[in-house]
Amino acid sequence: MPETRMLLKNAEDPALRTIGGYKGYGGYGSLEKAYKEMEAEEVLKELEDSGLRGRGGAGFSMGKKASFLPRGEMSKYLCCNADESEPGAFKDRELMQRNPHQLIEGIAIAALAAGAGHAFIFIRGEYDSQADILDTAVAEAYEAGYLGKDILGSRHDLELVVHRGAGAYICGEETALLDALEGKRGNPRLKPPFPAVQGLYGGPTLINNVETLSNVPHIVRNGAEWFKGFGTEQSPGTKVVSVSGCVRRPGNYEVELGIPTRELIMDLAGGPPEGREVKAFYPGGSSSPVLKAEEGIDLPYSFEAMAEAGSMLGSGSIIVADDQVSIPHMALRTARFYHHESCGKCTPCREGTNWTVKMLERVVRGEATPMDLDIVASVQENIIGHCLCVLGDSMAMPVGAMVRKFRGEFEEVIAAASEGEPAVGERLPVVQGAPETLGAAT
Amino acid sequence: MTELPVDRALTEGRVPGRSQEEIPELHEVDCPADLRERIEELMSRYPDRKSASIPALWAVQRLYGWCTPEGIRQAAAVMRVTPAYLESVASFYDLLHTDPVGSHKIAICTNISCWMRGGDELLDAFREAAGEDEEKFFVTGFECLGACDIAPMASIDERYFGPLETAEATTAIEQLRAGEEVLPEKALEKRPLPGGPDA
Repeated sequence: MPETRMLLKNAEDPALRTIGGYKGYGGYGSLEKAYKEMEAEEVLKELEDSGLRGRGGAGFSMGKKASFLPRGEMSKYLCCNADESEPGAFKDRELMQRNPHQLIEGIAIAALAAGAGHAFIFIRGEYDSQADILDTAVAEAYEAGYLGKDILGSRHDLELVVHRGAGAYICGEETALLDALEGKRGNPRLKPPFPAVQGLYGGPTLINNVETLSNVPHIVRNGAEWFKGFGTEQSPGTKVVSVSGCVRRPGNYEVELGIPTRELIMDLAGGPPEGREVKAFYPGGSSSPVLKAEEGIDLPYSFEAMAEAGSMLGSGSIIVADDQVSIPHMALRTARFYHHESCGKCTPCREGTNWTVKMLERVVRGEATPMDLDIVASVQENIIGHCLCVLGDSMAMPVGAMVRKFRGEFEEVIAAASEGEPAVGERLPVVQGAPETLGAAT
Repeated sequence: MTELPVDRALTEGRVPGRSQEEIPELHEVDCPADLRERIEELMSRYPDRKSASIPALWAVQRLYGWCTPEGIRQAAAVMRVTPAYLESVASFYDLLHTDPVGSHKIAICTNISCWMRGGDELLDAFREAAGEDEEKFFVTGFECLGACDIAPMASIDERYFGPLETAEATTAIEQLRAGEEVLPEKALEKRPLPGGPDA
């Protein structure tokens, strides 16, 4: 099954990055329509009716989120979350790099709907070249009168600033993002109050992911009904899915939500290298509970199907582990990431990630006993739901799932390592894969 | 009301960077004019000047190679915040260095997808190729850089390259030493979409 390209349409054309190229494909038509012909309430209703769900991880209705902002005259803000740092996710990078104006147009329309006069793109500092592309595109949009004062004579103003972060996964959490944007250390805030009520500089703030906002021009141009023609009833639209790990053609594939997961992993991404089998996969980035191949590969790839299977679609990033991958070592890699990125504000996360790493290190060194696996599992349970944000949960869910689903393998690794056998899997047999995965594609 | 045994002025630390006497004056710090102009321009972009703290620290790092104590004092004087405040921000983020680092910054992703495809081996190869030359090269393992499609990959002076073979670490280091373009064939920008052009 081929891809269904909406957001990545024409993305192979380098001219798409320039305002001229973008307009050549009909770009900024939706902005003109929204600012000249529509009321803010109409735009908002269209977004709500479309059923567009947030593409950053939580999958909450974008229109509903925007409708939570209070009406009336006050300083309101829009933040585009471009701090994509979830292991396995690289779709926002592709969208910003190849089609920056689509995002800017989406931001301008969403700001109109939300009544925001100031917008920020919070992009992770590592994405320096993408931030440069955005800077250029924003300058072009100002020049063309799509940003700035009195846009297209509508009496709506919008200032847009590209703000580079400096390397912290936690800043993808929306309240930590606000703190970072206010110039502080990126620590999450207590919720409520939610950002829609009290966010940036204490004002009502709408925070949306890059991919979510990139959908907005398409919905305004073609209408909510058209948008609902793609995907499933509860997950309308397309999704740019990042597939990586043990597959032959890792990369971003845009598909309708609800297609069989097997098609994504085996057909589009080419499946695991010759002679290997898919063992397990993360369906929605490293914070989604791992699914065994047999329980997940034939599910439809949608928010509801993944939730039903006890996992989540998250940011839409599939990481595939084949039969050569040691699950205990993968659990350790996962835990180390969250340990490194924990901001340290809440005790269950700060201490829980720390102890999980220590215990998993003992597992792979063969110093643990099977009883320790119960302790690992109980630590995960004591993190979930006990912190200001879900960073700790994001480790606890996949690590908990791995210990539960692959307990036998954990015990085998402990036994093998305690008998002095080399630590299996610390150094993987490297996936060299088919030639197309190395170097530029043919 | 009983007199509290604390000085309110000294304990008013809830809002960081507010104690006026600790903010250095501009004439005390010898801030280069272009850095000052850059930070002032950055502050003007935001409704609250403190939002410019991360961009200001980036400007300091670009100028001095890392966030030097003097650089932080200069930025603090321009921004009218305490150096301690900026230091607290700088120390939170992985990309801002509060210790000296080599002039070429090389980060190799060792997270899940890159690990599966040889990220650890690539890191070893870069470390070996860079050798002891810590003034010129800062080689570090890094958490997910958001480029699992080109795993194993490296960010070299803020540009992405991959998928890399271990031998290419030596090539990259030699090119950096010679001042040549680094691994032009492996630059992320040159990579087409994996699914090819639109159907």
